[in-house]
Amino acid sequence: MKPPPLDILTPTTIAEALALLSAHGEAARPLAGGQSLVPLLNFRLSRPEVLIDLNRIAKLSFIEERPDHIAIGVMTRERAIEESELIASQAPLLQEATTQIAHLPIRSRGTIGGSLSNADPAAEYPAVALALEFELIAQSERGERRIKAADFFEDVLTTALKPDELLTKIIVPKSPGQSSSAFVEIARRHGDFALAGVAAQITFSAGKPTDVRLAVCGAGSTASRLSAAEEIVLRDGAGVEAIKGASAAAAAAVDPMADLHASADYRRRLVGVMTKRALQKVVQRAGVSA
Amino acid sequence: MTTSRTISLTINGEVLSGEAAPRMLLADFLRDVLGKTGTHVGCEHGVCGACTVIVDGQAARSCLMFAVQAEGADLKTVEGLANGEELHPLQKLFSEHRALQCGYCTPGMLMTAIDLVESNDSLSEEDIKVGMSAALCRCTGYEGIIKAVTAYAEQVHGKPVSREDNNG
Repeated sequence: MKPPPLDILTPTTIAEALALLSAHGEAARPLAGGQSLVPLLNFRLSRPEVLIDLNRIAKLSFIEERPDHIAIGVMTRERAIEESELIASQAPLLQEATTQIAHLPIRSRGTIGGSLSNADPAAEYPAVALALEFELIAQSERGERRIKAADFFEDVLTTALKPDELLTKIIVPKSPGQSSSAFVEIARRHGDFALAGVAAQITFSAGKPTDVRLAVCGAGSTASRLSAAEEIVLRDGAGVEAIKGASAAAAAAVDPMADLHASADYRRRLVGVMTKRALQKVVQRAGVSA
Repeated sequence: MTTSRTISLTINGEVLSGEAAPRMLLADFLRDVLGKTGTHVGCEHGVCGACTVIVDGQAARSCLMFAVQAEGADLKTVEGLANGEELHPLQKLFSEHRALQCGYCTPGMLMTAIDLVESNDSLSEEDIKVGMSAALCRCTGYEGIIKAVTAYAEQVHGKPVSREDNNG
């Protein structure tokens, strides 16, 4: 229950961190907030020779408003996101999801970039990234590239990042003024990994949905968009029957894994229930009569 | 190179230093190198909260930080709460409300509660229940803990804690 022997390198600039990543290749892992990686090290499930600690790179921690998006540095703590008025007003789904990540002392250290790069299928942020269509900026000594959230999560704990690439910035599109959102999840105890969670955002025009975003976590090898359910709400509105249909479509669309905490069937059922609750909450918050 | 380094940090207002190999966790550094055994170690993977300390003003798991990462940090641990024989107000409330039995989780409970209460002046009782779920207690059933932390929030912010969920 102690980390394996390893070295910790402490770059203070992005350029230094990229040079270290390039030099050490797969023997190294970047260390962000450490709230997922350090447990893996303590269990010896991960045995890197070198950790590249990003915590002293001041330029990786920021929340900045741009005309159509919010730019977030990857080392921005979850707690800073939770407390940001800018995020609460321009990307409320991201703010609400953040409050549901683990516990406050975990969010003090945990970072948005660490959670996205870790790509845990039960984590909240990948579902939010898919729903809000984040763009992820990765840098390496070879240059910079912009990865769409839809192309980023490849499998359990596996992303499109190459070993020499570091996620540096997250582009969060601003939510439309006429939109409402909700993030709901269920776990046996608050703060445990979610058995299932759903992120929802609907843009309304004259009470009718014109854009529907639904994404699920905890129900497959990666978070995923619930396209069939989105189409039902877009086509039929957000009334009781449409929500029922969308929830059934969501449950049918996922391929959950069974584990100690829940069977595949139970998780599938929970995806339906979470979809229903998320949509009901969105409708209630929007104040539209469906 | 995995050789030890000297780490200097402030703990409860006192500048201390000690040697740690890079892989040494902050919790072990506090206990085994600096002799600050008030911070307890439970699960060693961030779940139980026994090792929670306050790092630069925010509660954090000392089992999920490396000692080398705390270089220059300002820490508060349970040893810094009492003033000599005079208990910290939250410690007094824990005693009054019987918020501990075996006491193993108590250092983490106290540090978790102090951050929770002092960083939010409009906590509801539901917020306190959710917030204190960050630390596991297997003795008390939490009733006493919630009462003590609620009383502490009322003391710190000078107003009653709402019994209704204010999370909307």
